[in-house]
Order: sequence, then C-alpha cells, then structure tokens
Amino acid sequence: MSSLLDSLSRFYASSIGKKLLVALSGLALIGFVLGHMIGNLLIFAGPDAINEYGHMLHTMGHGGLIWVARLGLLAAVVVHIVATIHLTRQNKAARKDAYGKEATRVASSASRIMIFSGLTILAFVIYHLMHFTVRVGNEYNNPALYTAMLDGQPVHNVYKMVIDGFSWAPASVFYIIAVALLCNHLSHGFASLFQTLGLATNKTWPLFQKAGHAFALLILVGNCSIPIAIWLFGYGR
Amino acid sequence: MALLNLHLKVWRQTGTQPGHFQDIEAPEIPDHASFLEMMDIVNERLIRAGQDPVAFDHDCREGICGMCSMTINGMAHGPERGTTTCQLHMRKFRTGDTIWVEPFRARAFPVVKDLMVDRSAFDRIIKAGGYVSVRTGAAPEANEIPVGKEIADAAMDAAACIGCGACVASCKNASAMLYVSAKAGQLNTLPQGHAEKDRRTLAMVRQMDAEGFGNCTNQYECEAACPKEISVRWIAKLNRDYAVASVKEVVGIGRQQSGDGD
Repeated sequence: MSSLLDSLSRFYASSIGKKLLVALSGLALIGFVLGHMIGNLLIFAGPDAINEYGHMLHTMGHGGLIWVARLGLLAAVVVHIVATIHLTRQNKAARKDAYGKEATRVASSASRIMIFSGLTILAFVIYHLMHFTVRVGNEYNNPALYTAMLDGQPVHNVYKMVIDGFSWAPASVFYIIAVALLCNHLSHGFASLFQTLGLATNKTWPLFQKAGHAFALLILVGNCSIPIAIWLFGYGR
Repeated sequence: MALLNLHLKVWRQTGTQPGHFQDIEAPEIPDHASFLEMMDIVNERLIRAGQDPVAFDHDCREGICGMCSMTINGMAHGPERGTTTCQLHMRKFRTGDTIWVEPFRARAFPVVKDLMVDRSAFDRIIKAGGYVSVRTGAAPEANEIPVGKEIADAAMDAAACIGCGACVASCKNASAMLYVSAKAGQLNTLPQGHAEKDRRTLAMVRQMDAEGFGNCTNQYECEAACPKEISVRWIAKLNRDYAVASVKEVVGIGRQQSGDGD
C-alpha cells in the first residue's frame, strides 16, 4: 500500500506527471465547456427548451447526478490549477537571471499568457457561479419572480434569468472578455494537451492544431452569441 | 570582402558573482569570419590592450561537437536556423549592428565565466539512463538484430542531438525536454534499447527534474533553436513513454512476482 502511494507521489512530483494531470483535467474541462455551450444555446430555442433542459439537469438521478458532475468538475479545476501553479513556479525558478535581450521565435502569444488567461477565467468562473448558480446579489432565487410552468409543473425560469442577467451591461462585458480569454487559452491548450499525452505525431499534429483553433473559435462564437443577442440586440427582452 | 563595424554587449561574469554587460566596440570585422572568429579577433584586441579576454566554449568549429554556446541577440546559437554559433557567419549581420552576446541562461547551467556555462547536468542525465547495457567480450554480429529502415532513420534523427543545450537556453522555462527526449527516444526506438526502456525513461526524467530544469509548455522554441533541428515530436514520445512506464511502476507490472522486487 505505502509503495503504491510512494509511486503515485513520485508521479505527481515529476514534471511530466504533473503535466499529464494538467492535460487530462484540461480534456475534462474542454468536454464541459462544449457541453455547457450546447446546453446554453437552447436559449435560442425558446423558454420551454432551456427551462426543460435546466429542470432535467437538476432532477437527473433524483437530483444526485448534478452533484456528481459538480464534484467531478471541481476536482478537475483544482487539479488543473494547483498543478499548473506548481509547474509555473518551477519554471520561473529554472531561470534566475533573465536574458538582457529577449527573443521569441515561434511561441504563440496565447502560449505565453496561459497562466494569466487561466487565472482570469478562474475569477470569471467564480463570478459566473455566484451570478447564475448560487445567485447572490440578485432575485433569481425568488420563486415569485422566476418560476415558469412546464407541462403544468412549476420549474425554475432559467430563460428569464439569463435574459435578465445579460441585460445588465457589466455582466455581458465581463462574460465576453472571459470567453475571449478562454478562446485564447484553448487556442494553445487544446492541441498542447495531445502533445503532453504523447498522441502528437508528425501525422496527427497538424490535425490537433487545426482542431484546436476551430474549437476555440466555436467556443468564442457560440458563447458570445448569447450576451450579444440579449444585450445588444434585445433578444427576449 | 567587406568589413563590419559592430557594437557588442557582452556578458561578463566570474563564477557566482553578479555579472554585467560590457560594451565592446568591434570595428573592421571581416564578413567572412565566423562568429567565434569574430570573438577571437575581439579577444586578441582585448589582450593587446591589457584587458581580460572574453571566455567562451568552443571545440570542433564545424558544427558537430556541441561545445560552442552563446545566446546571440536573445537566440541560442544566433538567428540562423539549424546552425551552431561556430557555423554562423558575420555576413548575417550588418555594419553598425548592436549584438547582444550572453551565456545560455538556466539555473541548471551555472555560469563558469563570461559565456561559458557548466552543462554537466546533461552528463548526469545520460549517466542515469542514456545507455544500453551490453555484455563485454567478442563483438556481436552486426546484423544479429534486424532493425527496420524507418526505425533506424528515426533513431538517427534523434541521435543527431549534439547535446549543446540550445534547447534549454531558448526554452521560456529552461526545460531540457528536447535534449532528454532525443537521448531517451533514440534508444527507446531501437530494439537494442527496448529492454531497459521503462527504467531508462523514468530515471532520465527524474534526473532531469532533480537538476532544476523547468517544465515543457509546448511552445517549441527549442525546436526552432536546435542546430540539429530535432523535432518536438520526440517530446511527445517521451511523454508517452513516461506515462506508460509510470503506470507500469504504479501497478507493479514488470517487477518480479515472487515479491523480492527489482
């Protein structure tokens, strides 16, 4: 037992071990980001579609599955951030004296600001959860205001909450900035994770790179379409 | 032959004492001189003026020994792709240019003097696993183990690494992954290296970590700086080999089942 734990702690202590954990947690988070966007786009299918979707998420497995998903996501986020901060600190320590003349040949600007884009996204995620999940500082938890009828059953009015949420300009602006940074983060992170997992070969790398850029763009356009439609074009207002 | 008048900013340092940039004028440098020959000319002038010459590493001066180093204008081995400092020629510069000349900077490569750094961390990584164990005695028959042409070619691509350290110097994180992946990958690819593949991969990566190199962030500055143009796909292979070896180690595959371990 202890030798098993020794092996696991040696794995985490190693550079590649931590990187593999960052890659795997990143892959899980990429899956979430895609699913989250597809679900949210139901806003364009009208109130019933997104309200039913929200109700379904909250009642799956007698309301238990959403907590399984939340805890899984929390674990992925914690692993992704803790390992990355650890790695970044080691990277800073590995070159004590900076070059007098710095030059960059091929590293993308996105790859050079991963820690800043990542931590800004983290700040946004905390705000976003307070806004739409915990719902503090707003009336979204008030059943008198945010209840919709779905097949004769009262459910939370997700549609009205999202429309009201994004009608407030600062929320929409912060959302768009965060999604732009997420797009930037993914433009390096998506392909990079396949290199770390050892799946990048001369044959597959161009595909991973193109898929990464396409995915980052999809996330940008898909997610930003919601606040832009509501805030700028008055969708649903 | 044209003559160049250059302004150099050269890093001067003795051991662990703090270093500084020294402005050195380098007038009338022949454009057909190599970068190291330019440094020789500069040093001769410094010696004649009674000053301390600039210390730098060099050996074969034909791009195969891996001894020369220097970060020139922020780029390890200078601006030319696939070229060592000794093979870089002054015709790539223009008269009036200011050239920054610095050592390969990494915590794992401590400065010995001026532009010379101690790269013995690389030797310790090789010692940890960059070899194959063979029995001594009569030389084995050369074709006893068949090696496919593609395998041999791939191994030769990795074996082109001259261990100069440009990958570390150019990496934003001073990571040695390109070097370690080439050295481990060369042997892990060949059938002769297969028997010790897992042990080698774990040992070399652990030694790399212990030396204080940074971690790879897949930015590929190393590949762009490598004078032998080693591909970063070797890093992907090292990641893959390390993942497999780690899983085997965690669950105990490959250890003796009787319980006395290895």
